[in-house]
Amino acid sequence: MTDIHTAAPLLEIEQLGKRFGGFVALDGVNLSVPRGQRLGLIGPNGSGKSTLVNCICGALQNETGSITFDGIKVDGMVAHQRTRQGLARSFQLPRPFRSMTVAENIRVPLLYTVNARPGTHLSQSELDDRCMELLKLVTLDAKARKYTTDLTQVEMRKLELARAMAAEPKLLIADESMAGLSHSEVEDIVALLIRMNERGVTIIMIEHIMRAVMTFSQRLVVLVSGKKIADGEPADVIQNKEVVGAYLGQ
Amino acid sequence: MRTPAFILVLTAVAAALYFTFNFVGNDYLFFAGYVVLQYIVLATAWNILGGYCGYVNFGSAGFFAIGVYTTIFFYTVGQKIDTLMPDWLIAPMKLIFPLPLPVLIVLAGLVAGIVGLGMGYLTLRLRGVFFAIATLALTVVMETFIVNWSFVGGSRGAYVIPPNEVPIFGNYIHFLFALMLLLVVIALTSARLIERSWLGVGFATIRDDELAAEASGVPTLRLKLVATVVSGALMGMAGAPFPYYIGYVEPASAFNLSYAVNSIAMPMIGGTTSWVGPLVGALLLGTLQQVATVTISSAVNLLIVGLLLIFFVIIAPRGIVGLYQDWFGKSRKGAKP
Amino acid sequence: MEFDLLINAIIAGLMLGGFYAAVTAGISISFGMLDIVNIAHPGFIILGSYIAYIVNVHFGVDPILIAIIALPAFYALGTVIYQIYYQSFEKHGQDSLRGLAFFFGLLFVTEVGLNLVFGVDYRSVDVPYIGGSLTLGPMEFPVRMLVPCLVSIAMFGGLILFMSRTFIGRAVMAVSQDPQALQLMAVDPIKIKRIAFSISIATASMAGAFLIIIQPVIPSAGREYIGRVFAICVLGGLGSLPGTLVAALLIGVIESITATFYGPSWAPAVSFGLLLLTLAVRPSGLFGR
Repeated sequence: MTDIHTAAPLLEIEQLGKRFGGFVALDGVNLSVPRGQRLGLIGPNGSGKSTLVNCICGALQNETGSITFDGIKVDGMVAHQRTRQGLARSFQLPRPFRSMTVAENIRVPLLYTVNARPGTHLSQSELDDRCMELLKLVTLDAKARKYTTDLTQVEMRKLELARAMAAEPKLLIADESMAGLSHSEVEDIVALLIRMNERGVTIIMIEHIMRAVMTFSQRLVVLVSGKKIADGEPADVIQNKEVVGAYLGQ
Repeated sequence: MRTPAFILVLTAVAAALYFTFNFVGNDYLFFAGYVVLQYIVLATAWNILGGYCGYVNFGSAGFFAIGVYTTIFFYTVGQKIDTLMPDWLIAPMKLIFPLPLPVLIVLAGLVAGIVGLGMGYLTLRLRGVFFAIATLALTVVMETFIVNWSFVGGSRGAYVIPPNEVPIFGNYIHFLFALMLLLVVIALTSARLIERSWLGVGFATIRDDELAAEASGVPTLRLKLVATVVSGALMGMAGAPFPYYIGYVEPASAFNLSYAVNSIAMPMIGGTTSWVGPLVGALLLGTLQQVATVTISSAVNLLIVGLLLIFFVIIAPRGIVGLYQDWFGKSRKGAKP
Repeated sequence: MEFDLLINAIIAGLMLGGFYAAVTAGISISFGMLDIVNIAHPGFIILGSYIAYIVNVHFGVDPILIAIIALPAFYALGTVIYQIYYQSFEKHGQDSLRGLAFFFGLLFVTEVGLNLVFGVDYRSVDVPYIGGSLTLGPMEFPVRMLVPCLVSIAMFGGLILFMSRTFIGRAVMAVSQDPQALQLMAVDPIKIKRIAFSISIATASMAGAFLIIIQPVIPSAGREYIGRVFAICVLGGLGSLPGTLVAALLIGVIESITATFYGPSWAPAVSFGLLLLTLAVRPSGLFGR
């Protein structure tokens, strides 16, 4: 993993701004994420976390500022182009392809992202192997041939993460992958994300469950009303007066 | 089944059908059969965009009419070469015109495909509903345009006189029937090819969830444009032989709403997730209508189509193919209701 | 002379636009606010026209009065349709494709049904004011246009008041913004949507009566209104009743000017062309954000 030691950050966000009508969702956000980091992003509801994710991944276009990913300016690119650049996300509410089986869901990014990159072409059997490998990683291999409507909430979240992983991302953004899960299920997913990180994937985790955030993050960023108000060591950040105020004031 | 084998089987079935009809020797069979075949092409074409991608096209009649009027346009050009062309062009043009029908079909496919591309480019970035409404709007714009375009007959309509005899086939309706059979083979093969390729996977992701599709690297806009072009082109091709079939075309018959209704109802009734659905739906509904037109009245048979459409979308959302799979325990495709 | 022609084209267009507002009101509620793509709405308008026709022919009652009497029946029809729509499609959250096909089927069945009962001939009503017209200098106001336009604008004003002043009206507006918010207020969003949809269908009764006063009607007349009403609805900004009214007047004037100067056969293409243009360039509508 020589990438980790490269000096240039993987993701560089400068002065990012986005409004909806009169509402300012993002107000000049700066964020620089080095390779290999596990970053936690927290903030009260409506603080702009999801908007930030959507802007980074291309579901929304930012109005001001710039996003540089892996040395390439990605703002202006359509979402699927950014995915192909190595920027993957999971959705807050799982969005599986309902007419497909679990394995077929995983095949989509393999076909459209991995095989779309120059120089790679996975054959049918390689595709199948890769699917099973990813499903084993999230312990869904037994459900490979099931339809997504037969999955439980946790399984759905795992599928969501596995599908994002299938795109072989350099950066994975996990958008509230754990809301509504039980204690042990949360631990499952955190462990899974750490395993993915050990494979060399940089991860930004957006989460409300503080226990998970504290276990997972090497660095913590707090967003309030579209502004970054704290950024640093998790233990320091949660002591920060402004952060405490923002959460208590909610 | 591999694609070449599939084409072979399909062609064999088509040939068998042709020779059976020929053996029976009743020309009415050819006339009625032609309409059913035309609906198979339309329904299959509609389903490529509507069934696979989930984008409802209400403008089938418009694309069909593009095919119809492409033929009329080139037919009229052929009739008026002496007045339209400069002297030095008349002689070479007389060699080319009248364009043979297969060439007209290809041209119609091209024109309809280009219109599909243009319309898709304008509206496919929006929600599916807007696309549906835009297709309706486009049909009316095109009809208005045709009504006001006197070169192709305007509101008065246009006559096309088919030759009496064709080599090999003899009777002209036999030739038209065979051409339509060929179009059916092309349409079904394209639909099946798409369904089983990476394109089909991409289309299905668009139908299921476009945001998730983009996040998985699927270029949704480009795929939707591909679907619109293929679907539109096939509809145009289905319309191209129509003037030769009917002899006299007016805008109201080319843009008839029943094309739009049937090309939606047939896949919906048959089942939208595979190429079999539109085929089954078109065969069933098309034949039913041909029988009903003779025995009852054409208004009643359209009422039946409408009621069947409503009935099926409410009671059997996965169509006849879905019912069949449920009854015979075949693998379930699509979401639970 | 040209100027008089223009003035009268604008006046005719404004009156036509007032009528279009009534035609679009229902779609503006169902599509704009409830996100239900009721493309069958023009079919119900034609149904309204035929009800006005049949009662008028037998009893000589004024079509607008008939429409008002028929309001509860249309409201009930709306309730039934919404119930079917909700149970079959909306409840499952997905698959708007089938919902669209459902309404398309309804449109078609209504049209063919009317065709079977009344035939394809043009039908018209007999009202004393149909032939008359008011003149004001160079300006001319045909009464058969003026009456529907005025009643229509009155109805539209009533709807705007209802939506902004009453509890149910405000709940409808809220449901169009955020269904979850309503649940917190202990209001059943389904019930609110059912009421709103029923109101939208009830407006078809009025619009139908206006239509048959303005011009003779055939069963397939609904079709040419599909693109027009959606054009107005989108142009006015989805879910905005005042925006819809302005857009309706605008389309009316543009169509009228086109018909006067280029011939009536081009008029239908105008609104559809405008719709295509709006969708391509500014899908949030002229007055949307």
